[in-house]
Amino acid sequence: MQVAEHDTASEAAKELGAFLERRREQIAQRWADATLFRTVFTISRDEAVEACKAVVDALADVARSGRLEDVAAPGFDTVRDQLGRMAGSRAQAGFDPAHIDGEVVGLREPVAALLRAEFAEAADPDAHGPTLALAVLMGTLRLVVMNTTVHAGQELISRQRRQMLEVATPVISLWQGIVAVPLIGTLDSARSQVVMETLLDAIVDQRAAHVILDITGVPTVDSLVAQHLMKTAAAARLMGAECIISGIRPAIAQTIVQLGIDLGSILTRATLADALAHALGRQDIAVPPRPVAVGASPR
Amino acid sequence: MHARTASTSRLPITSDSDLAWVRQHVRQAAAEVGFNLVQQTKLVTATSELARNTLVHGGGGHMEATVLREGVTRGIRLSFIDGGPGIADPELAMTDGYSTGGGLGMGLSGAKRLVAEFTLESRPGQGTTVTVTDWVSGVPSPRTGAP
Ligand SMILES: Nc1ncnc2c1ncn2[C@@H]1O[C@H](COP(=O)(O)OP(=O)(O)OP(=O)(O)O)[C@@H](O)[C@H]1O
Ligand SMILES: [Mg+2]
Repeated sequence: MQVAEHDTASEAAKELGAFLERRREQIAQRWADATLFRTVFTISRDEAVEACKAVVDALADVARSGRLEDVAAPGFDTVRDQLGRMAGSRAQAGFDPAHIDGEVVGLREPVAALLRAEFAEAADPDAHGPTLALAVLMGTLRLVVMNTTVHAGQELISRQRRQMLEVATPVISLWQGIVAVPLIGTLDSARSQVVMETLLDAIVDQRAAHVILDITGVPTVDSLVAQHLMKTAAAARLMGAECIISGIRPAIAQTIVQLGIDLGSILTRATLADALAHALGRQDIAVPPRPVAVGASPR
Repeated sequence: MHARTASTSRLPITSDSDLAWVRQHVRQAAAEVGFNLVQQTKLVTATSELARNTLVHGGGGHMEATVLREGVTRGIRLSFIDGGPGIADPELAMTDGYSTGGGLGMGLSGAKRLVAEFTLESRPGQGTTVTVTDWVSGVPSPRTGAP
């Protein structure tokens, strides 16, 4: 170990790895009493100890690989899920990321104390090498936990967004066998997926023979939105229902044509009322012609 | 052309929510400049196509929007800029129905039809810039900017 050409930093990292392996049991026992582990593994302390050992093993792995500062070091992969679940359950308990981060910081001291004790016994003048390596490694662990916390947060947000989308896609039963879905806002891929599912469910649940997609509230119909509409209409047809798209405003109709999109395969009507009249007509329910509205909007 | 440029704004295109923001920005600028409803709708739709290409095919980038003034005419110039893979065969990409990504393949060619001026610059491996310009049409709309 005294050979000068050895990279001292990687030497320290290796030494730290060996130390973590050697003291695995003691470290795990101490960590099991730390807030982070104790409050997550409430059922059994043995489980907490097991979880701690997994984290120690991961850290030892990373240290041996010499990639102390690398959040993407393979060693972390084995514990990322576990850390994510732990951070997630702390977050659910109402603690913010800064607090969780503080708890991760708290894991360092018990290990540092063991490290100090060991090198004091050996009266080793090079003790600062592994100590420094430990500081770096624990800093990286903090980042890994922080990343997983943020990731868990993003997942929560996208789940909530999905729930909101579902709420924002009401299926209105207009008549026996006729349902309408008024679309409002941007029809992106996620949203149109929800619309499609909602609509197909409605066809089954309400035995709808006609479904009306009203796009009066959709500000822009570009090629992607058009494609979504066509797919939805095609799916409805496959389920045995007829899909009518209503509420295509004049400016949007002109734009679609110039864009070069052929909506010819879809039945369209200017207004929701026209679409309903069409559907009723198909069910042999006579509808008197609408009087031309006097104050109708000149759009 | 000696168009006097007023102000240029730069908006990132790195996520779906950026697309919504970019569309919103162009809609508002078009209304302020005096585009009528049909023109606004066309420009916003072209924006939607080009910004999505920047995001999906170009791997993200940004839009530069400039309000133009030439004599009494006003217009808007929009550039969609990315540093992505570029387009090997622009002519093919501009063909109706051509898509490498399972789209309708109407984005580029359709956007070109929706605006007055359209240029595509692309070098394979270095990125793509599409610039479109539109002017307030001859007859000023009495209902300028009305939703
Ligand atoms: N910014 C870009 N960078 C790289 N390639 C692009 C870019 N924009 C367009 N392309 C290429 O040109 C093709 C045609 O684009 P276009 O927008 O017309 O169709 P699309 O995006 O595939 O489908 P959509 O009709 O949904 O827009 C794309 O499939 C892609 O291969
Ligand atoms: Mg496209």
